Amino acid sequence: MSDRIDVRKTYKLVVKGAFVRSESGRSYEVTDATGAFWANVAQASRKDLREAVVAARGAQRSWWAMTAYNRGQVLYRLAEMAEARRAELAEHVAVAEGIDPVVASDAVARGIDRIVWYAGWTDKVAQVLGGANPVAGPYFNFSLPVPCGVVGVIAPTDSSFEGFVDAVLAPLATGNTVVALASETRPTPAVLLGEMSATADLPGGVLNVLTGRRDELAPVLCEHEDVDGVDLDGADETVGALASLAAGSIKRVLRPRSSAGDGDVRRLRAFVETSTVWHTIGQ
Amino acid sequence: MSSAEIDVTDQQLDQSRLGGFTYDPAPESASVARLASAYGLFIDGAFSDPGAHEQFETLNPATARPLATVAHGSSEDVDRAVAAARRAFPAWSSMPGSARAKYLFRIARLIQERARELAVVETLDNGKPIRESRDIDVPLAAAYFFYYAGWADKLDYAGFGPSPQPLGVAGQIIPWNFPLLMAAWKLAPALAAGNTCVLKPAETTPLSALVLADILTQADLPAGVVNIVTGDGATGAALVAHPGVDKIAFTGSTEVGRLIQQRLGERGTHLTLELGGKGANIVFEDAPIDEMVEGVIDGIFFNQGHVCCAGSRLLVQESIADEVVRRVLRRVEQLRVGDPLDKNTDVGAINSAAQLARIEELTEAGEAEGATRHTSACALPNEGYWFAPTVFTDVAQSHRIAREEIFGPVLSVLTFRTPEEAVAKANNTTYGLACGVWSEKGSRTLWVAQRLRAGVIWANTYNRFDPTSPFGGMRESGFGREGGRHGLEAYLDV
Repeated sequence: MSDRIDVRKTYKLVVKGAFVRSESGRSYEVTDATGAFWANVAQASRKDLREAVVAARGAQRSWWAMTAYNRGQVLYRLAEMAEARRAELAEHVAVAEGIDPVVASDAVARGIDRIVWYAGWTDKVAQVLGGANPVAGPYFNFSLPVPCGVVGVIAPTDSSFEGFVDAVLAPLATGNTVVALASETRPTPAVLLGEMSATADLPGGVLNVLTGRRDELAPVLCEHEDVDGVDLDGADETVGALASLAAGSIKRVLRPRSSAGDGDVRRLRAFVETSTVWHTIGQ
Repeated sequence: MSSAEIDVTDQQLDQSRLGGFTYDPAPESASVARLASAYGLFIDGAFSDPGAHEQFETLNPATARPLATVAHGSSEDVDRAVAAARRAFPAWSSMPGSARAKYLFRIARLIQERARELAVVETLDNGKPIRESRDIDVPLAAAYFFYYAGWADKLDYAGFGPSPQPLGVAGQIIPWNFPLLMAAWKLAPALAAGNTCVLKPAETTPLSALVLADILTQADLPAGVVNIVTGDGATGAALVAHPGVDKIAFTGSTEVGRLIQQRLGERGTHLTLELGGKGANIVFEDAPIDEMVEGVIDGIFFNQGHVCCAGSRLLVQESIADEVVRRVLRRVEQLRVGDPLDKNTDVGAINSAAQLARIEELTEAGEAEGATRHTSACALPNEGYWFAPTVFTDVAQSHRIAREEIFGPVLSVLTFRTPEEAVAKANNTTYGLACGVWSEKGSRTLWVAQRLRAGVIWANTYNRFDPTSPFGGMRESGFGREGGRHGLEAYLDV
């Protein structure tokens, strides 16, 4: 069978649950770690990005309106989809990062386990981050973590799958919708996860994955007035400039930082708002 | 409701009307404030010589006459304050939490002991009614210190993992609307978490923070743990720009907050912002009407409307709009405007000439854009800065008075028909600080609360504050919370 001509894939953007080429018609070459041709991926334009933000905003209310239990099941199904395509993901991670297949396979396994971890958080965040406040008066007062809204993610390059999972699943688990910019040089593992989201019952627009030039797209994402928060994990040397751009509409900004470990809930706290309700008590 | 019933209600209201009553003056004594003629800066545990600094006047807004002069902190002064805070940090942060707690408990008690003096100072410098500074600002300031004192040795249980560490030196810039209370909101959680502080009070209201400095001395707080640098925007900018500051906490306008966030973007200094608001008070037709009218009045005229979370937009269901407007206007006429030191006063002086000009500009825009203006017929004092309580009806969402933060005693009334429309209108702003919901139907109140993009929602009440309750905004009202367990996060490296 070795003489069979394999069927290759065109890597597209994931916007509003659809797989689309850039409206600009552009694509760019992605190479493996040795510099050999690996794939042509869509090169998203600023217009593609704005459309992804519109899709994310449109999907946010219904994503948050789902029960936390249901959101957890949808995210768990994403892990099921990823598990079924572990070998494929591992191949992409190995090629993109130039690492040993066994090491890549371990990284993918950890990433999938991380999806499961976040899926379990959806119906626990409110209890862990919220609670009742014993105010000095006849009021029942409680605080709940609610989503910021639309979160922009500049995904990291060093960890093309696991890092992408961490950056994207945390805001999804807390009820946000996401516009993610995949690593410019290692985008295909992120695109694969975007593909899987469509078969995991994530409503269209909840997770949008763009590929393209970071320096062209990231400033637009950080300046966009309908984006509520940005994760600058993959911004590297542009973190400062992008953080300043985000100030235009007082965005929440998560700056890169070495993770405190598997149990770290910092990302879960990053894109929630504490909503506090005072209700009178009386007869 | 039939017209006959309304007539009866009117009659009852007329009989109970307070506006026709006269009250003898019941002034609090200004001498209780024990003000000095000039103040230095509180750095490294001691006041500097006032003569060593350029001085500027702080006015009593009720008379426009100077109360005292205070030091204009220069960038060198800021540098000295940050250095003092840095030197104090290792000992303060490594001290057992139970010891830090005792200092904070002492401060809370000292505020209670000197409550009358603090209330008079606050009212003189700010213009707010003594009833509010006495019953709200000062007792709450003590309560915040008391609450966070208890956290200092319990940080492991705050939900941020074991042994959460402080950030270091916190630069804290506070506004003029609740000078002492904002100082307490900033200092208490920062100190409990083990940070040291440089506090920059507002240019027009520095005095209560300087009394607080004396209280810190009486509490034997170690030198440099809290430094207080008075000054203007330039002083605040020097604090923001100082590379030795690990954290900036700012309460003030969205405009300045945005500049601070921009400037700190490159450096990555920790930041929390508590900015402006355009709160909506949503009134459904089944609202408890008497409580609602009081709540709407309190929501906008409390502290002359100088409140970031003020209920400056009244969204009232169309079916009861006429009745609600009539009652609100009647109540506005009964508000007693005048001498802030008089214990009968409801509405005091506007804090500054600049703020008065801003309020006048926006209310003129309201009239020019076609809204109908109702202004209280109350007499205003001849000197000082005053603005009569004002209500606008026939307001459209596009009017500036419905969109921009006025920060004064001005209410804009809009109407809605359905809960969906109420939510859409309430959220039709770039701000997201606070909203009110008035209804006897709990399920609808919670339905609305779930959909409001606001950090604080008051149901059948308004403008309530408590140290256990997180306060802060969404969207362009800023980020981070003050109060409660959540308020510790702003001062921990987590």
